Amino acid sequence: MNGTLQSVLHPAGLDAAVISQFAWVLFGAGTLIFAAVMALLVLGLRDNATPLRPGLWIAGAGVAFPVLVLSVLLVWSTWRSARLVPQSPNAALSISVTARMWWWEVRYRDPGSGREIVTANEIHVPVGQAVYVGLNASDVIHSLWVPALSGKPDMIPGRVTGLTLRAERPGVYRGQCAEFCGAKHARMALHVVALAPDAFRDWLQRQAEPARKPQGALLERSRAAFLEQRCQSCHTIRGVAETARRGPDLTHVGSRIRIGAGLLRTHQGTLAGWNADPLAVKPGVFMPAAAGSDGESLRALAAYLEHLR
Amino acid sequence: MSSPGIRTASFALVLTCALLLSGCSKRESDDYRQPYQGGDAATGKKLVTQYQCGACHKIPNVAGAGGLAGPDLEKFGRLSYIAGGIPNDPPRLVAWLLDPPALKPGTIMPAMGMTEQEARHMAAYLYTLR
Repeated sequence: MNGTLQSVLHPAGLDAAVISQFAWVLFGAGTLIFAAVMALLVLGLRDNATPLRPGLWIAGAGVAFPVLVLSVLLVWSTWRSARLVPQSPNAALSISVTARMWWWEVRYRDPGSGREIVTANEIHVPVGQAVYVGLNASDVIHSLWVPALSGKPDMIPGRVTGLTLRAERPGVYRGQCAEFCGAKHARMALHVVALAPDAFRDWLQRQAEPARKPQGALLERSRAAFLEQRCQSCHTIRGVAETARRGPDLTHVGSRIRIGAGLLRTHQGTLAGWNADPLAVKPGVFMPAAAGSDGESLRALAAYLEHLR
Repeated sequence: MSSPGIRTASFALVLTCALLLSGCSKRESDDYRQPYQGGDAATGKKLVTQYQCGACHKIPNVAGAGGLAGPDLEKFGRLSYIAGGIPNDPPRLVAWLLDPPALKPGTIMPAMGMTEQEARHMAAYLYTLR
């Protein structure tokens, strides 16, 4: 399966599987009923059609049949819904996701130190384990939708909603904002990365560490470029500058699949292009262009960010 | 002044100029007017999409490629120079794609860590943009 598939037709989580089963059953039943009605219409339009007793058809096909079918569907769907992952904030692992225009801030609690680990645009979860995701928004209403895993709960400023996720198969599942939230709504995507439980533990441990120290003169210079450009007035890099919260935390930005909220693959080229002119690739984004700086320091900055794994 | 002498001289001059000019259109840099054989343009286009060159460059018919940090590549195959100063021929283009700062220290464009074969495919694609 394509690693970053975003599809309701390829469920990889229990909720998504139940939802897609509902969809197929309703679609199938609807198709059968439609075909039957069309067949009756054809029979009724023949020249030599036999007259019927309307009362019988109204009572039978118009009342008894829908009552029976809808009751069966109601009972079945209620029974199936009971299989959905129970929504409870008491899961062993809880993550909080705050939606912002137009990216996702993701926070973990480090089991070792109890400190917060902040990252962005990527939710890592262990496979086969229920994970509670607390949802909030900082500006307008957003909605988190990862079609292969679950439904789409709204994220409302000033109110915490929640979602319990369970990924059944390892993989990378793309999701996106599902509630119009302004100019860049369409470019507000994220990835859920489902890992084997011990791989997840390793990942969390690495994320808990402060940013890697630059090795060699080039990276030393590039860290200086980060500070020269005043990137730290919006971005935090743990171990370098830790005050700002306006933009995504960049401590381990090089380890993420994409930058710009699911937009560009993370490598030196896209990092350089994004820094030189973010507005060209994501018009409306709040980050200003670093276009005034010379090529060498932009390249150095891109190299530094890429090495922050 | 004998007019035949002048006539002969000017004829010789015109002929020399004509020969020189005709020589101009027969240089080896003309090779890029032929389709470039060192790589596969279709694969190159896939790679250009995959490396997301569109983060900096406008590229026709590549989804989402509308970056403004680097030059528009719409007519790249017709350009005489890469990056405003490097003669545009296949070996140099491949070298450029592999390590731009090595050819032009001040450039924003970083070395992407692609293989030489990948660079050849991309070059083949870039020469189709005319």
